[in-house]
Amino acid sequence: MDNDRVDQIIDKYQGEASSLIQILLGIQTENHWLPKEALERVSEKLQVPLARIQHIATFYKAFSLVPKGRHEIHICVGTACHVRGATRVLDTVRDLTGIKPGETDLDLKFSLETVNCLGCCALGPVMEVDGKTHGKIAPGKTADVLKNFE
Amino acid sequence: MSDILVRIDGKEVEASQGMTVLEAAQSAGISIPTLCHHEKLEPFGGCRLCIVEVQVGDWMKRVVSCVYPVEKNLIVRTRSEMIDKIRKMILELQLAHAPDSPELLDLAQEYGADKDRFDKEASFCIHCGLCVRYCDEVKKKNAVGFVDRGIRKEISFIPEIAAKECWNCKECFPLCPTEALQAAFVLTKSLTSPPLSHEPSSEE
Amino acid sequence: MPRINSPSELEKLRQGILSDRDPEKPCITLCSGSACHATGSGDVAASIETEIEKQGLSAELDLRKTGCHGFCERGPIIVNHPEESCYFQIKPEDIPEIVSQAVKEKGIVERLLYTDLNTDEKIINESEIPFYKNQKRLVLGSNGSIDPKSIDDYLAIGGYSALEKALSQMTPEQVLEEVKKSNLRGRGGGGFPAGRKWEESRNAPGDIKYVIVNADEGDPGAYMDRSLLEGNPHSVLEGLMIGAYAIGSHEGYIYVRQEYPLAVENLTIALKLAEEYGFLGKNILGSNFNFNIIVHKGAGAFVCGESSALMTALEGRAGEPRPKYIHTAVKGVWDNPSVLNNVETWANVPLIINKGADWFTKIGTEKSKGTKIFSLVGKITNTGLVEVPMGITLRDIIFEIGGGIPGDKKFKAVQTGGPSGGCIPENLLDLEVGFDELSKAGSMMGSGGMIVMDEDTCMVDVARYFIDFLTDESCGKCVPCREGLRQMLKVLTNITEGKGNEGDIKLLEELSEVAKEASLCALGTSAPNPFLSTVRYFRNEYEAHIKEKRCPALSCKELITYHVDPDKCQACMICARKCPADAVDGDKKKIHIIDQEKCTKCGTCFEVCPSRFGAVNKISGESVPPPIAEEKRIITRKSKEK
Ligand SMILES: Cc1cc2nc3c(=O)[nH]c(=O)nc-3n(C[C@H](O)[C@H](O)[C@H](O)COP(=O)(O)O)c2cc1C
Ligand code: SF4
Ligand code: FES
Repeated sequence: MDNDRVDQIIDKYQGEASSLIQILLGIQTENHWLPKEALERVSEKLQVPLARIQHIATFYKAFSLVPKGRHEIHICVGTACHVRGATRVLDTVRDLTGIKPGETDLDLKFSLETVNCLGCCALGPVMEVDGKTHGKIAPGKTADVLKNFE
Repeated sequence: MSDILVRIDGKEVEASQGMTVLEAAQSAGISIPTLCHHEKLEPFGGCRLCIVEVQVGDWMKRVVSCVYPVEKNLIVRTRSEMIDKIRKMILELQLAHAPDSPELLDLAQEYGADKDRFDKEASFCIHCGLCVRYCDEVKKKNAVGFVDRGIRKEISFIPEIAAKECWNCKECFPLCPTEALQAAFVLTKSLTSPPLSHEPSSEE
Repeated sequence: MPRINSPSELEKLRQGILSDRDPEKPCITLCSGSACHATGSGDVAASIETEIEKQGLSAELDLRKTGCHGFCERGPIIVNHPEESCYFQIKPEDIPEIVSQAVKEKGIVERLLYTDLNTDEKIINESEIPFYKNQKRLVLGSNGSIDPKSIDDYLAIGGYSALEKALSQMTPEQVLEEVKKSNLRGRGGGGFPAGRKWEESRNAPGDIKYVIVNADEGDPGAYMDRSLLEGNPHSVLEGLMIGAYAIGSHEGYIYVRQEYPLAVENLTIALKLAEEYGFLGKNILGSNFNFNIIVHKGAGAFVCGESSALMTALEGRAGEPRPKYIHTAVKGVWDNPSVLNNVETWANVPLIINKGADWFTKIGTEKSKGTKIFSLVGKITNTGLVEVPMGITLRDIIFEIGGGIPGDKKFKAVQTGGPSGGCIPENLLDLEVGFDELSKAGSMMGSGGMIVMDEDTCMVDVARYFIDFLTDESCGKCVPCREGLRQMLKVLTNITEGKGNEGDIKLLEELSEVAKEASLCALGTSAPNPFLSTVRYFRNEYEAHIKEKRCPALSCKELITYHVDPDKCQACMICARKCPADAVDGDKKKIHIIDQEKCTKCGTCFEVCPSRFGAVNKISGESVPPPIAEEKRIITRKSKEK
C-alpha cells in the first residue's frame, strides 16, 4: 500500500488523531494487514507517537502486523459453539494446517483465527472460510472443506 | 482551594481539593506501598498495591489510594487483614516474574509473601509502566511503549527512536523495579546495531 | 426527500406512506439477518426475485427482506402476508410454490409449515408456534415486518412518533421523569437504572455532553444487539435522540464492533436517511434541538465494552479502562459528561415515551421492568433470540420456548451473563428472571447470553473456557486481573488435564477473592464468577477431576479415552475411514481397534459410529481394556454363515 492511498484514508477522517483506530481499520480492511511504513506514515501525519500506534495495532484483534494467507479460516469459539464441541474442531484444523490461531502458514495459504460468536449459534459449531459459513461442522468434516483450497 | 480534613489511620490530615489519598498520606508521613506510582506522572492505578479502605458515612469500600481523590470527612485505613491479604497476593503474583527485585523482596518480607508460591515465569517485567509513561509524559519521546494486551502484554522499544534518543538519556533505567527494562533495551540495541535487517528501510 | 420541519409534516408524510400501502396486498417477508444469511437466505432472496419476474407478478406481489425473526434454528424464514402464514428452513427450490401460493387467496404451502412436536399438527401463524407464543416481543417484534434499509417502513409502523412526542409535547425534564418512572434498567450489564444515569449527566456541569450506544456486544455467546441493529436500526437511533434531548446532548456515538458488517451497513444507511428526513441535524422537527451521530467501529476487544475503556477507545487509544471514582456520566469522553447505554436499553426508550411509564411498569417484576431479549443457544432444541417479560422462569424459557434439550439428554445448567456471569443448576430452574434474582444465584443478567448445557458439558471446562477467554481479553493493565487470571487459568487447565492437586480449589478461591476486591475494572472484578458459580453448584465435578482424574461429563480430552467395544463392533469401516488421524485399525471383517498412541481424541469415531451399533465408548477414570487378541478380531457375518 503506497503512501498516497494511506493519505487518502487519513483524509477521509479529516486527519484527526481521535480517528486513529478508524484509519487503521481502513488500512487493514483494504490491505489485510498493517505494513510498518503505513504505520509510520499515519504516525507522521496524525502526530501520534509510533509507540502508541504500535500499542493499538497489537491491542485490538482486528489488526495484523504480518501479511495474511490467501484463505482465512475462522473458527467460532463462542460459548454456544464451545459447548457443542468447537475445541475439537479447532484442534483438528490445527493438526491439518499445522498452524495455531493467529498464525499464517509459510506458503501463505491459510490464516487461522478464532472468533467469538458469529451469530449463527443454531449452526454451531461453525467454521468460516473466506466468509462462507460451514455449519454443524464435525471435526471429521473439516478436511473435506479445506482440501478445496489452493 | 479549601482545606479538607481527612482521618488516616486515626490521624487527622489536612489535604486540599484534588489531592489523592496517597498524596495526603505521604504528606503526613504515613507510608502506603506503591509500585506503579511516581510523583511526576499521572496516576495509573495498575499495580493495586496501594489499595486502602475508605469510609464515607457508614459505607466502606476498598479503593486504590494513588487515584482516589480526598473528600470531606473521609476515614482511611491503610492496613487491615483484607488489605494485607491482597497485598501479599499481589506481591506473590509479581514475584513469579521478577523473583530478584529488591523492591519486591523488601515488600514481600513486610507482608509475608512467599516468593516461590507461583511457578516462575521470569519475564522480569511487572508492567508498572513507569518507563513507558516517563518517556511519554516527561521526556515526550515515546521511545518505549506497551504492546499487546492481557497476559501477553509487554514493553517494547521502537528501535529507530531508541537509536536516536536513548543513548544519552536512560533516565528510565533507575525507575524500573526489575531488570526488565535493561534487558529489553539490550535486546533492542542488538537489533538496531546491525543495519536494519529484514525491514525495508523507511523514508526517514 | 425534502427535510421534515415540523410534527405536522411528519404526520402528513406518515399518512402518505400508509395510504400508498395496501395492507391486503400480498407480500413475502424473508428473514435476512446474519444468521439466516449463513443458512442461505441470500440465495433464497435471489430465487424469489427471479420467480416473481418469471411468473409475471411484479405488480401483485412484494418482497421485503427483513431482519432476524429470532427462530434461527429454523431459518431461513418466510412469512407471507396478509395471511401471515410462515414457512421454515426454506430452500431455493421451495420458492416457485411459495410465490404462486402467495398471490392466491388463503394460499398455503402445507409441507413447509411448522409441525407441532407434540401434536403433529401443522401451524400456520407465527404467533401460534410454541417458540413465539410464550414470548413478549415488544422490542424485537418489528424486526419481522420492516426492511431495515427503508425508513418509510419504520415510519409506517409508527416510527419516530416518540421522538416527535418528546420534542413537541414534552420538556427534557418530563422525558427524564418518564424514563426514571419507568425504572428502565440497563440491558447491557449491571442493570443500572437508566434514568438515574441520565439525570447525573444532565446535572453535571459542562456544555458538551455525549450520548453513546454500546454495541460492542462482547459476550461470546450472544447476538441480540446485532439483530436489533441489523433488523431495526431506527429504533435504536430514535431512543438515542430522545435520550440526547433529555440530557442536553448534541452529539452521539455508536460504538459498534467491526465484526458486524451488516449492522454497520444498516446503521450507516439508517443514519443517512434519518439525516435526509430531518431527524438529525439542526432544528429537528422545528424544535430547536440539534443532534448528530457518529459511528465508531470497534476493532475487536471485549474490554472495550466496559464504559471507561469504550470511551478511551472513542478517543482513539488502546481501550484500557480508567479508574471510575468519578462516574463517566460526569467525566467521560474527553472528560465531558457521557451517558453510555446498551443497544437494547436505547431501543426501549421510544416504547416508554409512546406508551408511558405506567404501561411499561406493568410488565415484569417489582424491581425488573419490561422485557429482556436473550440469545438462547447451546444444547437447546430451538436456538434463537427470545424476548420475554421479566419474571418468567428459566424453566419456561428453556422448556416451553426453547423446546428443551435435544437428543434425550439431561439438562445440566444454564449459563447467563457471559464471561462475568455464572452457571445456574437444575434445582434453580424455577428462578424468576430479573436482575437481582440472577445476581443472587451467583450469575447475572448481563447482556442476554443464555447458554444451555446438558450432561455432556463439563463444568470445570466451562470455567476454564471463560477464564481462558478473559486472560486473552483482559487489557493487562492491573495485576489482580492480568496475573490472577494467568494463575487461575494454569490451575484450571491442570485440573482438566488430570494434573490437579489437593488445595487447588482453595487457591482458586483465594485468587478469585483478590481479583474481585482489587481489580481496576468490572472485567477483573467479575472474572472469577464463572469459577465461583461452578464450584458452588458443581463442586463434585471439580473433585472428580482432582481426586479421581475423571471427567464425569466425559468431555475433558486428557481424561477420556475412546474405545471400540469388540462385542458391538460390526467392522463396518465407517470410523476407520473418517478418522482424521488414521488411528483406527481394522478391516472389512476385522474388529476395529483404536491406536491410543495416534488418537487425537477428536471424537469423530464416536460421532460416526451408526447408532444401531453404538460400538464406540468414551471412558474416563478407569483403565482402558487391552486390545483383543488378533485372532479374535475376525468376524464371520451371519448372512454368510448360512
Ligand atoms: C468487560 C466488560 C464488557 C462489557 N461489554 C458490554 C457490551 O458488550 N455491551 C454492553 O452493552 N455493555 C457491556 N458492558 C457493560 C458496560 O460497561 C455498561 O455498563 C453498559 O453498556 C451500560 O449500559 P446499560 O446501563 O444500558 O446496560 C461491559 C462491561 C464490562 C465490565
Ligand atoms: S481488571 Fe483487567 S481489564 Fe480491567 S483494568 Fe484491570 S487488567 Fe484491565
Ligand atoms: S501505586 Fe496505586 S495502583 Fe500502583
